Amino acid sequence: MILFKRAETLAATHARTAVLFLAPTFLVLAAVGLYPLSRTIWLSFTDANFFADEARFVWFDNYIDLHSNPDWWAALYNTVFFAVASVALQVVLGIAFAMVLNVNFTGRKFARAANLIPLVIALTVASQLWKWMYHDVFGVVNDALLRLGLIQDPVAWLNNPSTALWAIIAMSTWKFVPFVTLLVLASLQGIPKELYEAAEIDGAGPIARFIRVTLPMLKSAIAVVVVFRMLDALRVFDIVYVMTGNSPATVTISMFARQQMIEFGLVGAGSAASVEIFLLIILGTMVYMRMLKVEDR
Amino acid sequence: MITRILSRTAFYLILAIGLFYILFPFYWMIVNSLKPSAELFATPLSYWPRQLTLDNYRAVLADGSFVRSIFNSFVVAGGATILSLALSSMAAYALARYRFAGKQATLYIILGMSTFPQIAVLGGLFTLARALGIYNTYWALILSYMIFTLPFCVWVLTSFVKEIPDTLDEAATIDGASAWQILWKVIIPLAGPGLVATGLLSFINAWNEFLFALTLTADNQARTVPVAVALFSGQSEHELPWGKITAASTVVTVPVVLLALMFQKRIVEGLTSGAVKG
Repeated sequence: MILFKRAETLAATHARTAVLFLAPTFLVLAAVGLYPLSRTIWLSFTDANFFADEARFVWFDNYIDLHSNPDWWAALYNTVFFAVASVALQVVLGIAFAMVLNVNFTGRKFARAANLIPLVIALTVASQLWKWMYHDVFGVVNDALLRLGLIQDPVAWLNNPSTALWAIIAMSTWKFVPFVTLLVLASLQGIPKELYEAAEIDGAGPIARFIRVTLPMLKSAIAVVVVFRMLDALRVFDIVYVMTGNSPATVTISMFARQQMIEFGLVGAGSAASVEIFLLIILGTMVYMRMLKVEDR
Repeated sequence: MITRILSRTAFYLILAIGLFYILFPFYWMIVNSLKPSAELFATPLSYWPRQLTLDNYRAVLADGSFVRSIFNSFVVAGGATILSLALSSMAAYALARYRFAGKQATLYIILGMSTFPQIAVLGGLFTLARALGIYNTYWALILSYMIFTLPFCVWVLTSFVKEIPDTLDEAATIDGASAWQILWKVIIPLAGPGLVATGLLSFINAWNEFLFALTLTADNQARTVPVAVALFSGQSEHELPWGKITAASTVVTVPVVLLALMFQKRIVEGLTSGAVKG
């Protein structure tokens, strides 16, 4: 009986310490996250703007306007197209490169170190760099393709609406393939060697081993990477802002929302767009968290 | 035999293409920053500079507003990182060691914030910063950066603290140490390498942030490097000072790359546990 009581007080002490230790983190997150978020939600139901002092409550007007605005749908289309195409490329190339880096060869250490470089370069710096590489006259992409005879005339990659989005996708693929490589590599190293030996005894060739052993073992890691990268790609802002500005061919939902809010001063309308982006991402995050199974921690 | 040669060729081909794709833009940045502008704007392009010059670097370092933006970035990224590490080491200790009601929900909230769309708080933060009079100051950026640096630090540090055997805590408890003393005297010294890795990644994330920096600053009083690099402008839209841009990019990128290579193992650990390991 006494033992039971003591255990209970220990748990109570732990709980009290836990609350005390978590309180500062939660206070800050509430102040810088929750409060501005609720403010954005509130503003999305008003006609707040830079030109009038008093904001009126307008119910769902901003949302109705948003859904009848073709620019919003165009931005949503660009964003989804960008996210799907760039994540698909990143995952395929990332797996291929991880397979290569998982083999023992001289220079593997160097290759793994090189893999980190695109990851740590600032997105805006990388975007400026690629903008220069895509330059229609002095860009290295045109120069190389002309020398190789793959194109006859220089292409204005970023100004041409039919190539701009793909040019941005190629840049984002460069930036984030190393991330996929890193994570796939980590789970490749967890695959027991015996599985490959067993498959080899059964007469499976390299391709069969990849499809029958590697892919199934990587399945959950790949799923998590795909969702994580998708959530990031759907929020894309920096790359597009730097490389093509507000060009309608590439404008994304985050850019649309910021433009409404900050550049046009239509805080209410921009907030409504922000809230919809928030809901989209939250939905994806729930899927992501189900995959990670936080309970197992 | 033939399949072996084929697979070896395929292997080295993928390796070579992969490395070229990863490294070429980095190489191109450095090479272009060392070219005189006459060579920079001459076709066909030179893949190895015919003439090396440091003129672009001189121009960048003589540009007061760019140098100022580097200083601003250090203050903002450093401030957000130090504050986040201080708060998150307490939170991580509680999450790694104690069982309590609401722990599950706490972990979900912390993890959920790692995918939090910045745009969702932008309008609120913008109006809030103006109302508080901190718009265009360091505080606007330091505080807003904690939206992503703080959850990140909590998440990664929790997995680092879990690796420390809890027999040490028990021994300290028997000696009469309070939770606070255990955290400072046992956990923090042992979690040193983890703290460095976490701090470094948080610093890099804050250093590279763009959307808040662009929106919550108005001039070089608080403007950070990513904004300065993005807003470099020339005489006209078509005459961007590319020599200067590549030199500035090199100046801000090379230190980060060197740091990442020095702490490679820890960075990889931090990145994997930040996203997937869970």
